[in-house]
Amino acid sequence: MEMYRSHVMICRGTGCTSANSEQIAKNFEEEIKKHGLEKEVVVERTGCFGLCALGPIVIIYPEASFYSLVKPEDVEEIVKEHLVKGRVVKRLLYAESVEEDRIKSINEVDFYKKQVRVALRNCGIINPENIDEYIAFDGYKALAKVLTEMTPVQVIDTVKKSGLRGRGGAGFPTGMKWEFASKSHNEQKYVLCNADEGDPGAFMDRSVLEGDPHSVIEAMTIAGYAIGANQGYIYVRAEYPIAVKRLAIAISQAREYGLLGKGIMGTNFNFDLEVRLGAGAFVCGEETALIASIEGQRGMPRPRPPFPAVKGLFGKPTILNNVETYANICPIFLNGPEWFASMGTEKSKGTKVFALGGKINNTGLVEIPMGTTMREVIYEIGGGCPNGKKYKAAQTGGPSGGCIPASHLDVAIDYENLIALGSMMGSGGLIVMDEDNCMVDIARYFLDFTVDESCGKCTPCREGTKRMLEILERITEGKGEESDIEKLETLAKNIKNSALCGLGQTAPNPILSTLKYFRDEYEAHIRDKKCPAGVCQALLSYTVIDEKCKGCGICAKQCPVSCISGQPKTVYKINSDKCIKCGVCMTKCPFKAIEKK
Amino acid sequence: MSDIAFKEKMEKLEHILEEHKNKQGALMPILHETQELFGYLPEEAQKRISEVTLVPTAEIYGVATFYSRFTLKPRGKYTIGVCLGTACYVKDAQSIMDRLKDELKIKPGDSTDDGKFTLEATRCLGCCGLAPVIMINEDVYGKLAADDIPGILKKYE
Repeated sequence: MEMYRSHVMICRGTGCTSANSEQIAKNFEEEIKKHGLEKEVVVERTGCFGLCALGPIVIIYPEASFYSLVKPEDVEEIVKEHLVKGRVVKRLLYAESVEEDRIKSINEVDFYKKQVRVALRNCGIINPENIDEYIAFDGYKALAKVLTEMTPVQVIDTVKKSGLRGRGGAGFPTGMKWEFASKSHNEQKYVLCNADEGDPGAFMDRSVLEGDPHSVIEAMTIAGYAIGANQGYIYVRAEYPIAVKRLAIAISQAREYGLLGKGIMGTNFNFDLEVRLGAGAFVCGEETALIASIEGQRGMPRPRPPFPAVKGLFGKPTILNNVETYANICPIFLNGPEWFASMGTEKSKGTKVFALGGKINNTGLVEIPMGTTMREVIYEIGGGCPNGKKYKAAQTGGPSGGCIPASHLDVAIDYENLIALGSMMGSGGLIVMDEDNCMVDIARYFLDFTVDESCGKCTPCREGTKRMLEILERITEGKGEESDIEKLETLAKNIKNSALCGLGQTAPNPILSTLKYFRDEYEAHIRDKKCPAGVCQALLSYTVIDEKCKGCGICAKQCPVSCISGQPKTVYKINSDKCIKCGVCMTKCPFKAIEKK
Repeated sequence: MSDIAFKEKMEKLEHILEEHKNKQGALMPILHETQELFGYLPEEAQKRISEVTLVPTAEIYGVATFYSRFTLKPRGKYTIGVCLGTACYVKDAQSIMDRLKDELKIKPGDSTDDGKFTLEATRCLGCCGLAPVIMINEDVYGKLAADDIPGILKKYE
């Protein structure tokens, strides 16, 4: 094996790739060659480092210098200074890592300091397209241990003891799921991986698949051994082309090494994997719908029982876990279930990956021990809301979840606590909203999503969510009535109790949770016909702030319906009867003299 | 598509069908590859898939219309997907969509007359760190403002 004095790690996750990181990698290779360093320095294309807001990111080891927002033209300087002369290029370092007298390594900066990376352990550290690098970081060691030293029962006991719960949404204990399937007697069983990450705002599964695909393959093989299955399917979104490509590479490399296929590692255990592409149906995140989709049918759920552990894919016993759940499996076998169970809270063990998005400074992926508070995640790791805006709420659990207002920021994150707040863990999307976001509009947005994605099989979801959306649309258009809130609550309760699958049962959550914490916003829309956040167009009017207007007349010239009148050097007026609320005047005014209320 | 080109593609479809013939649950992979081949799912292709797989055409049509990625209409050379996921939505993805509608003079779901662009509203693309985001075929553009749109479209002219 070649030894190098320096490793240049370049993120090739989706975020950084879209910001031209491949060109940066090529420039590095070229410059390194130019300086004759190709035997000393190696360029590695890795998975996501997490801090997507500052991409493209380049980390140079052994110093662990964290270069952010790198441009292809910066590469020449980094090579000349850092790699040839050993002088870190301070101006390109992540600003927070530069102190007066020293430079912090990445593990010391706020964004990473509180993180514990288990599921993301290899993301950003190895080249996901090279199986040898995965093996060098203890890859396939857990599988070797399982196949040569443990019985299937011991494997399941280990997973049970770790306390690992499903990371895809409901939090069902993983070991128990495996045990049910292992006790179903059948010659043919299946192991499935749900990589149809459909929750808007969640991208941890994508990052694991892009950054560390072998960890999922290895864990699925272990699951196959535990339940007695020899075939697995990974159901991945077609919207994730990089993940699909890396999975295909990883599977063929694993087959080549005898880590998938017949007689794995010289034992008599056979297991193989196939990738199946989703086709853009959110409901396929529900297990029975996902199974129907792999079978080649419309992705519609069916009533349970029978559970997939008894009757699943092609009618055979099946287990289905999501990507992040699988990513946690191998470390449990390498470090012991006690180690895993030592992290987290009483009922929620280990870590959880969150995708920070929306109005937060450090957008990206973070992995924290369960029990960390929401405040730590949003302020200490996420850096709070940008532009000095006031935090309003964080939405977790996507269209199935709810929001967490400022008054509950000190809650320790675990499955039970989030449910108690009226939200849920979900897959881990965490969207921060500030004072400029209208909570009624957010509820409307999620209902619009569920109405669109409802498969139409059961009436409560198909009809009920549509009715709720109509009411919300009415409210945001200023046509809300006093009885609307009550109607929403009744509908929500009925849908929750009667819908067939998780999608319908949780669809009312965004409404219930915004009603719980932001009822005043609903009331302002209904009674005063005002949108306090200034989002709902129909309830806004544009006015000129007299003191700020300099009488330049730009607004009047730009207005497409000529509803602004006035003489140069005097204060202009907007005729709100004619105004179409396009907002052009506000964006064009050089003195910020137009406001919407 | 000329008749000859279409015929050639129908021949290629035979290879796809041959490859998946003995697979369990082959319909989804077949439809994905057929769509990649033609750019959409033409009626003739659906009929041929039915003949070989013995899945009734009604069922194929049902599956093809259930999933949002499958389309029965020909698409433009470039499909522009505007992410309207939550993170993009709270960062005003609507203004990006509005600008694209203005520039291309089409509605989401439609294609330009010259067959160049198809505009779509998509679900979360999973690059929430870069919100608001659009995807043109497989290229992702992030941290957009409405004024960036004309410059991006120019690249595809």
